[in-house]
Amino acid sequence: MTPLQSLRAEWTKFRTVRGWMVGTVAAALMIVLFALLTGASSDQKGAPPVPVGPGGEPVTDSFYFVHRPLAGNGSVSVSVSALDSRVPEGPGVVPWAKAGLIIKQSTRQGSPYAAVMVTGGHGVRMQDGFVHDTAGPRGPVRRLRLDRAGDTVTGYASADGSTWTKVGTARVRGLGATAQIGLFVASPPVVDGGGTAGSVSTAVFEDLRGHGTGDWTGEQVGAESPSFAGYPDNTSGSYTGTDARLTVTGAGDIAPAVGDSLPTGGHLRDILTGTFAALIAVIVVGALFVTAEYRHRMIRLTLAASPGRGRMLVAKAVVLWVVTFAAGLAGTAVAAPLGERLARDHGVYMFPVSSSTELRVALGTAALLATASVLALAVGAILRNSAAAVTAVIAAIVLPYALIAVPFMPAGVSKGVATVTPGAAFAVQQTLVPYDQVASNYTPYYGYYPLAPWAGLAVLAGYAVVSLVLAAVLLNRRDA
Amino acid sequence: MSPLQTANAPGIVVAGLRKRYRAAPALDGMSFTVRPGVVTGFLGPNGAGKSTTMRVILGLDAVEEGSALINGRPYRRLRRPLTHVGALLDASALHPGRSGRGHLLWLAHSQGLDARRVDQVIEQVGLATAARRKAGGYSLGMRQRLGIAAALLGDPPIVMLDEPFNGMDPDGIIWLRGFLRSLATQGRAVLVSSHLMSEMQDTADHLVVAGHGRAIADAAMADLIAAASRDRVVLRTTAGADATSVLIRAGATVAATGRDTVTVSGLPANRIVALLNAGAVPFSEVSAHRATLEDVYLELTREAVEFHAATPGAPR
Repeated sequence: MTPLQSLRAEWTKFRTVRGWMVGTVAAALMIVLFALLTGASSDQKGAPPVPVGPGGEPVTDSFYFVHRPLAGNGSVSVSVSALDSRVPEGPGVVPWAKAGLIIKQSTRQGSPYAAVMVTGGHGVRMQDGFVHDTAGPRGPVRRLRLDRAGDTVTGYASADGSTWTKVGTARVRGLGATAQIGLFVASPPVVDGGGTAGSVSTAVFEDLRGHGTGDWTGEQVGAESPSFAGYPDNTSGSYTGTDARLTVTGAGDIAPAVGDSLPTGGHLRDILTGTFAALIAVIVVGALFVTAEYRHRMIRLTLAASPGRGRMLVAKAVVLWVVTFAAGLAGTAVAAPLGERLARDHGVYMFPVSSSTELRVALGTAALLATASVLALAVGAILRNSAAAVTAVIAAIVLPYALIAVPFMPAGVSKGVATVTPGAAFAVQQTLVPYDQVASNYTPYYGYYPLAPWAGLAVLAGYAVVSLVLAAVLLNRRDA
Repeated sequence: MSPLQTANAPGIVVAGLRKRYRAAPALDGMSFTVRPGVVTGFLGPNGAGKSTTMRVILGLDAVEEGSALINGRPYRRLRRPLTHVGALLDASALHPGRSGRGHLLWLAHSQGLDARRVDQVIEQVGLATAARRKAGGYSLGMRQRLGIAAALLGDPPIVMLDEPFNGMDPDGIIWLRGFLRSLATQGRAVLVSSHLMSEMQDTADHLVVAGHGRAIADAAMADLIAAASRDRVVLRTTAGADATSVLIRAGATVAATGRDTVTVSGLPANRIVALLNAGAVPFSEVSAHRATLEDVYLELTREAVEFHAATPGAPR
């Protein structure tokens, strides 16, 4: 009996039991159905638009801005003599509180900018384009300076006010002939347990000098943005004083938006919630594909026809994997674009996904389903009992899925579950990008997994392969 | 049998199988041969090791000692095994949701055979009208036919059937009897187990009787019947008590076997007639006893004494 004959026999076995074909197709339909329901049941029409950065990514563009116009090239410098942050309902430190100088095309949400700043815990930084972040010199800094020359903006820091160290240079397209230049204070929410707590920061600026014309205007930029968590109770943004000494209070951030800073944003993982239901279907089919042989005492006939027991088991696994993968891929390929489109039609902002990421999610989800069904097959061959095998594999895969979905699960537990259990494979559905310069709950609940997509899938595959080897050893050792 | 003969022997050669289930021995030196061109019956009480032996022959169960060879090779070394041995172990062993044809189709594909061969065997066992229905709805008789079709799929020179008569209607039994005979006539080695003695007596040429994990008989059916009949004589008489005392005095062993029949052993029929006439004992019939397979079987399994083909008819 050749491997090809083994494969063909197992495929014939699979396709001639209608229940297994129906179960597999149902898994694919489940993914589509949940995507349609998720898309159609959302309603965010009329919600304020999500600000978008130059790369098309969603951003937070909310901060307190004291500004005036600057025509053409110019320079501005200031001393930051104090930066105090408060978190009324949480820890007292705001590492990414920011105070400094900024030049921005306008107060329009998402408009181009470059800024040099001191932070609560990360020293001097130069940032632009929402995603670019450069660390400045260590040690005490007295003054900051920002120069514009055409599209080039350069940030400097100085310890004594006379010797300047360059922090970074940014090419900022679209600043326009007349940009807004001035001071800003931002204070992002801090991570507090499984959630976040709002913060507010106050900076004292001294000796503001430089180009620009007209009076200073102080305002909260992006006050209505969905990526702005707002001010803590009984606080608000303000500025007081003169160029010699200005006190500015602000909240918000100038940074890329992440899972918990844009809670209304949808992502691909939400559209593919049906993966959960599909998993249960393919686990049942996978377990039954072998346990039915024992239940109906067919295993003897199977092994009489295929005395190479390990080969028979591998043939079963290959057939099951390929069939489930095909069904999963078909389901995901239909569900993802359809669900995303429906959600957008209902006013939901979807985190953008590159086509290569979308492909990875589709292939990864199909591989997740296929590998889970093979794990169920292997466990079924070990336990030789449908109910026990289905229960064991659901506990091993679906339980992690459920635990991840609990928002108050401590980050350590949730990350541990997503690292060592077969549930690590859900990492294939991650589409969100974490940023070093944004403190956030990068936990599975918010769509961030501790392992890279393919590494997560490899954990599940490891469980499946080890179980399959154990099943083959037992199958060879036991009487049929 | 010499090793050379064993290696090349066509058919099935089972030699010295020993196997324990936990503490109890399931096979305890099981040995016999199934030859081509002959229907070999496999008899024995429950637990005698028949089914275990068949599973060992098919490489399904492992043994601690001994070997079972198919045309000189262990089953698990056969390529496309169903073209060497076709077996029916358990007619109910099928997925109820799969059609009879689907059941045969996966088996065929596992041996590199195609759907045409499937349709041929379906025709051969008379299952054409039901082949596309779910096998879960089949009667036991239909399942037996499906199992036999599966055994024939690879057109094997050896066919092994466990209790194929079970659940068959009279038409089916008559068909199967002729079918098994025709398989042997085609030169195939056929091993059939059954607890239906009359079917076995009419079908098998050769008999293996299992008891306590061994073959307690491995001989031609005719020799076994003859040996069991021996010199016994059936005497029909209304004066059973008189006849018994006359014959016992002459050295016979007498057993009452019916309301007006006694079975006599130890004396030839003509001597019995003379003695009865001399003693004026009335009788209506004296006939040589012809044993049935049932007699053979009961005697063998009760006494559990070995009886070998090498010594047919030897007194025990």
